[in-house]
Amino acid sequence: MFEAYILPVLIVVGVGLAAGVMLMLAAKFMAVEVDERVEKVRACLPGANCGGCGYAGCDDYAAHIVSGEAPLTACPPGGTAVAQAIGAVLGQEVGEMVPMVAVVNCSATKDQAVHPMDYIGRKGCLAASLLYNGDMACQFGCLGYGDCVDACKYDAIHVVDGLARVDKDLCTGCGACSVVCPHNVISINPHAAHVVVACSNTDKGAQTRKKCSTGCIGCKKCEKQCEYDAIKVINNLAVIDFDKCTSCGKCVDVCPQHVIENCFKGAVAGPAEDEAVAAEA
Amino acid sequence: MNNTVFFLALLMETILVSNVVLAQFLGICPFLGVSRKLDSAIGMGVAVIFVLLLATAVTWPIYTYLLYPKFAYLQTLVFILVIAALVQLVEIFLARFVPALYKSLGIYLPLITTNCAVLGVTINCIDFEYNFVTSLVYAFGIGVGFLLAMVLFAGVRSRIDESGIPQSFRGMPITLIAASIVSMAFMGFSGIATGIFGISI
Repeated sequence: MFEAYILPVLIVVGVGLAAGVMLMLAAKFMAVEVDERVEKVRACLPGANCGGCGYAGCDDYAAHIVSGEAPLTACPPGGTAVAQAIGAVLGQEVGEMVPMVAVVNCSATKDQAVHPMDYIGRKGCLAASLLYNGDMACQFGCLGYGDCVDACKYDAIHVVDGLARVDKDLCTGCGACSVVCPHNVISINPHAAHVVVACSNTDKGAQTRKKCSTGCIGCKKCEKQCEYDAIKVINNLAVIDFDKCTSCGKCVDVCPQHVIENCFKGAVAGPAEDEAVAAEA
Repeated sequence: MNNTVFFLALLMETILVSNVVLAQFLGICPFLGVSRKLDSAIGMGVAVIFVLLLATAVTWPIYTYLLYPKFAYLQTLVFILVIAALVQLVEIFLARFVPALYKSLGIYLPLITTNCAVLGVTINCIDFEYNFVTSLVYAFGIGVGFLLAMVLFAGVRSRIDESGIPQSFRGMPITLIAASIVSMAFMGFSGIATGIFGISI
């Protein structure tokens, strides 16, 4: 009776108990101390793991905030609201954040940019750019194969007519698209900066004309027009200083190539128009 | 001397000829799950070697001195219990000392518990009537074989990711086909250990 029924039960229970005690001791002596504030901070974050803060996902960012290595205001999608929520958890005061937005510095659609060849390889900007730096004559423009679309966690950027366009309402300014773009054509600008130069071409004017019907030729008309000294032609490309720019829009009117765009043309634009203009910008 | 030759033959047999994944088809889950990146594949392989050695070192005495001969039928139950506890131990250990590896292994770390390679090896050691040292060598060889298969397949998969696969084969189908081709390649090793060392395992 004992040997047939009770002993095997005792053996299994004994082995289980020994294993349990061993695990308990291990858990006690090798415990990883998890700061409970990490959980709370993590709960404040959006959880998209976009990487806009520069850390490997929201969990990593939360851990770095609590350890004091990361600023509270590094989460572009969360903005001021999330920064203040984290500040409440940690008992710190947080100021206002400048909302950012992705801007595609190219305004050339498929027809406007000159394509000297037909690219029939794998669809992707990085793949296309490996071959002669892309299938466009312009080495600076948007290739339009949508690597940025795949990178976007918020469905805020889309390729329309061979040109990436940003939906300003959905864009959080996390910069994921800007990182994957092989031509570095997407920049992260302050949301309030309404006037932007939608071109990245630093070729000389005559060369630019041959490659694209809507590229910055460095004519300096905008520079002469600007009353605030905010737009400068540097290396054959107009560049706006957002600290000085008042978004008056006078440079937009004088640009012969129509590469300077006012994102909020005509006060409040409709969502569709807004999106198209913002994307070109 | 004779022992050394036997151990060498046993290692070659377990690593190449009867490779745990590619010839015995044990432990397919982590083989397919963690072989996406070379780093985590190596980490998983080393973790499995460690668990295999530990599990064999614990289960062999338990079977030989506690269960055999009257309670041999408790073998599977007790082995699974012990292996589960050991994997938990490894998990606690990694979380404490190698957090990066702990993160990259993710869910596949607790899944070593249900990695049939571990249970398979411990039961094989009993079935083949190996002594303690031979069992450990066998477990080590199987673990290295697993690591080899993981590393090889991580390389194969990085090539798969970069090639133009027809739509319907993308993802798991082409991975399984590639795994079967690698497995067939390993059939070329059959009999090599016996041929070189002149003893049958």
